[in-house]
Amino acid sequence: MSMHRLSGCPSCAEPLEEGDRFCGLCGYALTPSPAAASTDHPTVPIPPAPSAPPAPAAPAPPAAVAARAQAAPAGGYGIPSPAGSQSSPGAGEPAPGWGSVAAAAPTLVGDPADWATAPAQHQPEPEPDPRPSPAEPSYPGAPRENPYGTGTPPEGASSWGAADPAGRGAPDPADGPETRHDRPGGDAGASPDGTPWGAENPYGNAYDSAPQAGAAPGAAPGGKTCVACRAGHVDTDGYCEHCGHAQPRERDHVEEELGSVAAVSDRGLRHHRNEDSFAVSATALPDGSAATVAIVCDGVSSASRPDEASAAAAGAANEALLEALPRGAHPQEAMHEAILAAAAAVDALAPEVPGAQNAPACTLVGAVVSGGLLTIGWVGDSRAYWVPDDRAALPRRLTEDDSWAAQMVAAGLMGEAEAYADVRAHAITGWLGADAYDLEPHTAIFKPDHPGVVVVCTDGLWNYAESAREMAQVLPADAAVRPLHSAQVLVGHALDGGGHDNITVAVVPFATQPEREPGAAAGAGPAAPPEPEVEARPQV
Amino acid sequence: MANFAKPSAPRFTVDVYQNEFLPEGGRDVHAIVTVTATGGGSVTRGKPADGTAAVVIMVDCSGSMEYPAEKMRGAREATAAAVDTLRDGTAFAVIAGTHVAKEVYPGRGRLAVADPATRAQAKEALRGLSAGGGTAIGTWLRLADGLLRGSTAAIRHGILLTDGRNEHEEPAVLRATLDACAGRFTCDARGVGTDWEVKEVTGIASALLGSADIVADPAHLTEDFTRMMENVMGKEVADVSLRLWTPVGAEIQYVKQVAPSVRDLTDRRTDTGPRAGDYPTGSWGDESREYHVCVRVPGAAVGQEMLASRATMVRPAANGEPEAVLAQGLVRAVWTNDVAASTAINPQVAHYTGQAELAQAIQQGLEARKMGDVDGATAKLGRAVQLASVSGNADTARLLSKVVDVVDAVAGTVRLKAKVADADEMTLETRSTQTVRVKKS
Repeated sequence: MSMHRLSGCPSCAEPLEEGDRFCGLCGYALTPSPAAASTDHPTVPIPPAPSAPPAPAAPAPPAAVAARAQAAPAGGYGIPSPAGSQSSPGAGEPAPGWGSVAAAAPTLVGDPADWATAPAQHQPEPEPDPRPSPAEPSYPGAPRENPYGTGTPPEGASSWGAADPAGRGAPDPADGPETRHDRPGGDAGASPDGTPWGAENPYGNAYDSAPQAGAAPGAAPGGKTCVACRAGHVDTDGYCEHCGHAQPRERDHVEEELGSVAAVSDRGLRHHRNEDSFAVSATALPDGSAATVAIVCDGVSSASRPDEASAAAAGAANEALLEALPRGAHPQEAMHEAILAAAAAVDALAPEVPGAQNAPACTLVGAVVSGGLLTIGWVGDSRAYWVPDDRAALPRRLTEDDSWAAQMVAAGLMGEAEAYADVRAHAITGWLGADAYDLEPHTAIFKPDHPGVVVVCTDGLWNYAESAREMAQVLPADAAVRPLHSAQVLVGHALDGGGHDNITVAVVPFATQPEREPGAAAGAGPAAPPEPEVEARPQV
Repeated sequence: MANFAKPSAPRFTVDVYQNEFLPEGGRDVHAIVTVTATGGGSVTRGKPADGTAAVVIMVDCSGSMEYPAEKMRGAREATAAAVDTLRDGTAFAVIAGTHVAKEVYPGRGRLAVADPATRAQAKEALRGLSAGGGTAIGTWLRLADGLLRGSTAAIRHGILLTDGRNEHEEPAVLRATLDACAGRFTCDARGVGTDWEVKEVTGIASALLGSADIVADPAHLTEDFTRMMENVMGKEVADVSLRLWTPVGAEIQYVKQVAPSVRDLTDRRTDTGPRAGDYPTGSWGDESREYHVCVRVPGAAVGQEMLASRATMVRPAANGEPEAVLAQGLVRAVWTNDVAASTAINPQVAHYTGQAELAQAIQQGLEARKMGDVDGATAKLGRAVQLASVSGNADTARLLSKVVDVVDAVAGTVRLKAKVADADEMTLETRSTQTVRVKKS
């Protein structure tokens, strides 16, 4: 697995530029007001989905991409997988598969009652592997044939840039398919590209040392310059010997990309440490097909050692899935067991003393893409969203919060607006931890018949894109092929919104099974039962 | 870390107790820095001291010591007991103090080295002590300083006993003498009887980083001197400083020792290097002391974390050994918008804030009482009773109850006693700075 961290730190190696959000000459510049930052860096140039009809001809030669970049903004996403072409037939029709469901019940995401009942209808039994052995999974990300990654001229005329209504944002051409942290080299005129946090890398300095330092950032060799004041050197205990500011820690900002999945976690702007955690991994099913795992956990701040809780839970759930999936366990079963394993790991952190207060606790949400199925599991208020690659289709939320507000709405005691406006809205009613009442892992399994992206995230993100539609608007259109970049954009969106909490998001592209297209899709598409194949397990 | 040169040197640990969370715009960081030295050789009589300690005993021999005669006798016996407590190898001398200072033993500007023979000679010399003359404490200290300066011992200590006011010397001269001696040796000061000035005795101890106490009854002098000398013999490391590093733009509001007694060190700072300053703590045996540090840091945005101070215990370079950092602790500042976090008060900080206020309330209350300000004295001493009660400072509460009639300790309601023994009032004033530790719950 490859850890992607922000590479070199422009803030330390170069003079500061106006509008930089993180690296300043002093500590305050690290967290400027979001408004000020966003005036200079509207960091999320999302083409409005409805106004962007899918491209008539998806696979375009690089030259055509460049040309089309101006003409047909939204068409240029160039998803190289069959998904791209598959979306063409359905161009005029907004809702293949899930889309139709959502169209039939537009409030699907917002209406938990609907959710609560819908799974039950399809309940009979967890569907065993419905589609034996998809010989060759078609992950859009895997071949990584991003047309502009290599084909676009360095001037950066890509569909991405053109789609930006402000006309800015020529993406960094040197940028690989995912990482977008380098300042556009020598391109003085261009404003900083789509890098979510603007041009500056707030953490690069620490990361220069952190990887070598391993678990002990304090062990970083001397001689590092403080990212806050840039005058002092960082002492062995991680503080600047001049201005005293704490240096970014390894967990303040973590990125990881792994084949078909990517995740980014960030401390945010208002919390002093990152209590979120994630784990992403890839494995293979017994039939050799690939399976992708993404786990995201949010430590409960009011408990003790929330950062340890989230790390333990994410790690344990990931391990459990990596153990269960290759031996052919049903993914929903495996997810259920993984949540129990995560809970046990968090329980183990609690001190032995009886009656100890505030045992470590965290939420968990996980997604598994395997064998044409999408399995979701969660406890707490971290969420998963489904965003179809065809943005004309309706996105939806896949999880139902264990939160006060959600319970109020579900019980019919309050309207959604009222419930979420309440100060207690975000109090969670389910979590992993020794002091959890009754652990109720929620799991659900889906068989989407069109490609899309699963956004797995903590409330640090969804507070700034609560509805599925908002999430879909923030998510870059090329999320399926650039998951890491998409995760960065999402984190940047939350930071621009104020970054009041830790932000963690995993972006998991989902490709439909190849042999199903186009025939199977056509057959099972709109004509299929309106509800997607959803099964929720009765809670154990 | 092996240190074969000093096998019995204590190990230092520093613990910091604080609520590091500040609200938006918050700047004052409070922390209790607990310094504990352990593992040094305990008081072992007979163990050679190897010349690591030198002690000078200054005995008041002014004329008033004969009134009553028990004082002079008590002083002689107490000094003899202190000499008996000296470990072999310790350099020592005895000074008789009047309006001038006179060497009693061994004389000729030297220090004796303790062994059975010198101890016997010293006690013999003490028999010749007689009272007569005035009191000029500065001369005693200057002579002690001269004797101790001739010693290479790391631990240089004085024990001073007086029974009267410093009448034959300008206060400024004593002040200048104390300033000159500060850092050269440490000194415990005792007042015997009730005719001495509390502020003079506590001032000497404070300036020279020693203890101050009252021995109202001369019969208790022997016991007190023995305990004092044992304490000195237990010292292992001299001239330890509390070094505080603070970031640019930060100001130290105050630094106080708060346990075992309150002592303000704020003005004792010596700058050492950029953004760092040393506060003297004197010599250490196996013991624990606590310091209340208040730093005003530059503000920072919510979510930021700053090192408000790095507190290190430092032993200076001496006798060819380089300066050594003995232990360190970090005082942090973390800005949060979590009101519950930023408004919480650390129990240690709260406790010692109360103890410092207790000492101040006693001193102000007694001052008001002397001035005839009954209302002011009642209010201050009532507050003191309340604080002593809340914090479980039973010793101070007991001393207070000899000065005031306690009506309601919890509410702090008191009445001034009409008649208060001088000894009780002086004891309360002298010991007002004694604190108790946070109760272990």
